[in-house]
Amino acid sequence: MNAHRASQRVAVSILAAATFLCLAIVAFVIGFVLEKGLPQLSWEFLFTKPRDMGKAGGILPAIVGTLALSLMAIAVALPLGVGTAVYLAEYTRETRVTKVIRFGTDCLAGIPSIIFGLFGYIFFVTTLKMGWSLIAGALTLAIMVLPTLIRTSEEAIRSVPQSWREVSMSLGATRWETVRKVVLPNALPGIVTGVMLSFGRSIGETAAVIFTAGSSFRLPKSAFDSARTLAVHFYILAREGISTDKAYGTAAVLVIAVLAVNGLTYALMGGFMKRKAR
Amino acid sequence: MTPKVEVRDLRVFFGGEEALRGVSLDIAANRILGVIGPAGSAKTTFLRALDRMNELKAGCRTAGRVLVDGEDVYGPACDPVALRKRVGMVFAMPVPLPLSIYENVVYGPRLNGVRNKAELDGLVEECLRAAFLWDEVKDRLGGSGLKLSGGQQQRLCLARTLAMRPELILLDEPCSGLDPISTARIEEALSLLKERHTIVLVTNNTKQAARASDETAFFLMGELVEMGPTGRIFTNPSDKRTEDYVTGRFG
Ligand SMILES: Nc1ncnc2c1ncn2[C@@H]1O[C@H](COP(=O)(O)OP(=O)(O)OP(=O)(O)O)[C@@H](O)[C@H]1O
Ligand SMILES: [Mg+2]
Repeated sequence: MNAHRASQRVAVSILAAATFLCLAIVAFVIGFVLEKGLPQLSWEFLFTKPRDMGKAGGILPAIVGTLALSLMAIAVALPLGVGTAVYLAEYTRETRVTKVIRFGTDCLAGIPSIIFGLFGYIFFVTTLKMGWSLIAGALTLAIMVLPTLIRTSEEAIRSVPQSWREVSMSLGATRWETVRKVVLPNALPGIVTGVMLSFGRSIGETAAVIFTAGSSFRLPKSAFDSARTLAVHFYILAREGISTDKAYGTAAVLVIAVLAVNGLTYALMGGFMKRKAR
Repeated sequence: MTPKVEVRDLRVFFGGEEALRGVSLDIAANRILGVIGPAGSAKTTFLRALDRMNELKAGCRTAGRVLVDGEDVYGPACDPVALRKRVGMVFAMPVPLPLSIYENVVYGPRLNGVRNKAELDGLVEECLRAAFLWDEVKDRLGGSGLKLSGGQQQRLCLARTLAMRPELILLDEPCSGLDPISTARIEEALSLLKERHTIVLVTNNTKQAARASDETAFFLMGELVEMGPTGRIFTNPSDKRTEDYVTGRFG
């Protein structure tokens, strides 16, 4: 009896300690970056171009490049990913083919991003002659986030109760009308989560981007211009020892952006849940 | 008078298993056919075969013929989507769609392209009244259908089916889990509805079949044992098994 209680207490303590350790590590990393980086932030830093290779000036082109690249990547990946998920979940029965497709997407999700970078360089930049450009980078990122997007969307779609589909069809809806009117609206929270996760991953990506979008720190004027993202900017500043201060400043902006994206996701989810519970 | 529905040697297989074993019967227009039988006797399977809902399940195969107004619904010319617009179904478990009460009722009409607000409003009131739900929900038509009680949800599902103006209405144990008052309301609604519709009422409650139906069919283990006017089935059945079941001596 007492032994049971003691082992119970030990187990709970270990689990609590593990949880606390995780939180502490996250807090430490974020705190460290913000502590070093926040003092660097100023309007000038955020809204002017870098000067002297990045030793001075700001990071405006990197902010623009990051946003443009990530948004373009999502714009490409979203219809492809959701379309694939709808097809897999609604229009195919579970067969060997769908298992192979799912296995394939899972494998794709496990590939290190630098491999995508290499592929993007060979295929988009060189073979398709896009050069280092936003478009080549965005397409590469789109391929990289596609598995996550397909998987989260498919799960969201499958979590919509089967009985709702049956009712819709029994009322004379086609399968496509059922997907449009019942399935997608109710899978939306899950799909949005997938999009936000993908967006966050795109914002922070370095390896896949540096080979495909290049690292020009001029402000990109079109999709065919090379651009530098925050992550790449940070990498170059730190790696080449250009400016530790500016590197931390960039890192702080990056961390805040990722936190903001995640925070927004949670806020949106909360809103969805409330609307559903109404 | 030709029957509304003619069923001929209807068989339904799930995988290799034959769930419905060659049923033949006629359903007269503007009548209520009660379908009774113990659990697992394929009442639901029979009902769903009439509007081709079984085929939405994997591994299901149907053989035989179902003629609605003389047209074979399993024939190559029949579009199941068009068929389901003519044949309404209310499931055993009430399943409101995650929409407002109003939008639940107009789901079918909207699919048919009805856009006129006044027409939709009129339809909502008419169908909710026919399902004896109007007075309880008329002040909260914009509220979620999921927030209604079980009995109210079932009547909402009935109203939603009525809004399609189906010729044939299939009801699968619409009163299971309902209190006597809600049950009485639904039965009252059905007795009025048969003036314009043909109704098939599957029920686990033999008393309900005795009260509400004009004819009764008794199913057992996937087969039709006996069918006839409700009065005769309950007072003078020709099959011993039917007698055992309706007198509650079954098993
Ligand atoms: N999707 C399915 N897959 C496999 N077998 C099924 C499926 N649906 C029904 N069956 C089988 O068909 C037979 C008849 O089932 P059905 O649901 O039609 O019975 P029922 O008379 O409606 O029973 P209840 O009164 O419990 O609702 C059962 O033996 C059941 O196991
Ligand atoms: Mg049943």
